[in-house]
Amino acid sequence: MATQAADTGDGTGRPHRLPLEGELTIDRAAGLERRLAEAPAGPLSLDLAGVTRIDTVGAWLVHRLLRDRPGSRVEGASAGVTRLLAEVAAADRPCSIRPDPRPAWLREIEKAGEAVIGAVNTMGAGLGFVGTMLLVTLRTALSGRGIRWHAVSQQMEATGINALGIVGLMSFLIGIVIAQQGAVQLEQFGAQVFTINLIGRATFRELGILLTAIMVAGRSASAFAAQIGTMKLNEEIDAMRTIGLDPVEVLVVPRVIALTVILPLLGFYASILAVIGGGLLCWTSLDIPPATYVQRIREVVPMSDFWIGMAKAPFFGAVIALTGCFQGMQVAGTAESVGARTTIAVVQSIFLVIVLDAFFAVFFTAIGFV
Amino acid sequence: MGEAPVISVRGLVNRFGTQVVHEGLDLDVLPGEILGVVGGSGSGKSVLLRSIIGLQHPAAGTIRVFGEEVTSPECDLLALSRRWGVLFQAGALFSGLTVAENVQVPLREHLALPEPLMDEIAAYKIAMVGLPGEAGAKYPAELSGGMRKRAALARALAMDPALLFLDEPTAGLDPVGAAAFDQLVLTLRNTMGLTLFLITHDLDTLMTICDRVAVIAEKRVLAVGSVAELTRLDHPWVRDYFLGPRGRAAAGAQAARIAAGERAVPAAAGGSAAPAQAGGA
Ligand SMILES: Nc1ncnc2c1ncn2[C@@H]1O[C@H](COP(=O)(O)OP(=O)(O)O)[C@@H](O)[C@H]1O
Ligand SMILES: [Mg+2]
Repeated sequence: MATQAADTGDGTGRPHRLPLEGELTIDRAAGLERRLAEAPAGPLSLDLAGVTRIDTVGAWLVHRLLRDRPGSRVEGASAGVTRLLAEVAAADRPCSIRPDPRPAWLREIEKAGEAVIGAVNTMGAGLGFVGTMLLVTLRTALSGRGIRWHAVSQQMEATGINALGIVGLMSFLIGIVIAQQGAVQLEQFGAQVFTINLIGRATFRELGILLTAIMVAGRSASAFAAQIGTMKLNEEIDAMRTIGLDPVEVLVVPRVIALTVILPLLGFYASILAVIGGGLLCWTSLDIPPATYVQRIREVVPMSDFWIGMAKAPFFGAVIALTGCFQGMQVAGTAESVGARTTIAVVQSIFLVIVLDAFFAVFFTAIGFV
Repeated sequence: MGEAPVISVRGLVNRFGTQVVHEGLDLDVLPGEILGVVGGSGSGKSVLLRSIIGLQHPAAGTIRVFGEEVTSPECDLLALSRRWGVLFQAGALFSGLTVAENVQVPLREHLALPEPLMDEIAAYKIAMVGLPGEAGAKYPAELSGGMRKRAALARALAMDPALLFLDEPTAGLDPVGAAAFDQLVLTLRNTMGLTLFLITHDLDTLMTICDRVAVIAEKRVLAVGSVAELTRLDHPWVRDYFLGPRGRAAAGAQAARIAAGERAVPAAAGGSAAPAQAGGA
């Protein structure tokens, strides 16, 4: 062991002698601290002659003892140890470790207040963001340089082409599920043939677009928030501003345009694949041949269903892109904030898509477009 | 110089795709010395550092640190990492933790110390690197670039390592801060027998605290020696580096310091002044 207590004090006020030997290093710090704490009360005289190795943690423990027990002193310290003790003594300054702790009740009230203020501010900032985006889009479209179509096409590839596989598979399976469940229920009325109506109307009008939007929100809103958020952390956004680039023009506008264009296309593609999936099930389980199936789909799905679906999709795309980019721009300070904002981007964009969808449902009914 | 080197690099080859960064690089770092590493931007200084600490797997060559072969698959890098501290070029502080918590990360990982002692250690380390007390509770995003460098140094020093790697520590510091940084490094070396691998472009740092300087050029270590020895070298890049206008200014300042009686490169101070031994544990 590094230390060994030898109490030679005689109770007459002379310091107790405490020889410390061996290594006074960070690896032995826990033991050394206990040793020093267990030493008899009152001033100590530390004999450091037997110390073979010491580092700043060892020196700190010695310094702390000298500081906390007035009258204590060290003996037999080499020049190096003395210098190290002086070094840590000079560094003994008050230092705050954590942001000041507050009482729990105050923290809770503060948290609630911050949440409310945060929500109001975010709403205002979000509206401002949409306005800025529209203004910048108009300005760039009218100015000589124009929209950055190269960036737009890149984003269309990342959010559209690269999503074809997963969106297609998802829609195909959803088509099978709708057909399967519909067939089981409608069979009870002997109305199995209406399974085709169910598939056709559900996918083109609602599910094809909505599920695609939710998938794209998960894929692309998160990607936008993380990309822009990381750039914000790295001061890349600030660098753009100083170079004279408008981050909204360079980063946000291309993403919003890309998703606004891509979502109707992806949604149509998804609807078609859902119809194919449903058709496959009708063929295998209900013995409806493909030719009949297609014929029936053309008869029962009104064009209005298709147009309603296509009319909603660009709005969904724009909302998803705006939410993702906006949350990316809200990132500040820490890597955690990138994660938090990415999560918020996905949750909010899915929520907003569903709210918009409900709004459109009421709207189209109100104007008699069914 | 009979002691075994702390770091020994032999025949190091590093490639990125077709770009060869190092080709047959040899380097020794001796116990208790401050080795300065210089070279043009992109000459592979940071890559050399990353290879030595095991973050970059070299294409060929052997690297030994404290006698252990870093490049071999059996090497326990985690155990080794207890004994060295690294200050990355960009600081690399954990953005979600305060400065003090950053300093405590290695302590928490490797040791079981009581919480109050942990806080005290963080506090004096933060004071040692010259940060004000309020900085301890701040997050890295709330600090200036120079303060971030200091905080990163405090974290690198947290475990009282025997070997310290610094990648351009004084870049971005004001001259007063840079000089104080040099003195701090020197004191730590002299009191704890630290060995330093110091990448720097700061000619003042090279002349005031480095025992030896390694010049990296042409994909290898071109020369190692004291600044005086290197200036006598007949190589265009080395001549431009040390005898260019900035080099001459720094040398002039250093000569003035020596004339004023201040201690310059304390060559043998590391071993004799401290009872501590580098790499002893
Ligand atoms: N991860 C990497 N991938 C590809 N090339 C790299 C990587 N890291 C470094 N390089 C290249 O290696 C060379 C040396 O880099 P580096 O060691 O960082 O230079 P410096 O000497 O300025 O620190 C540079 O040309 C750099 O482009
Ligand atoms: Mg570098």
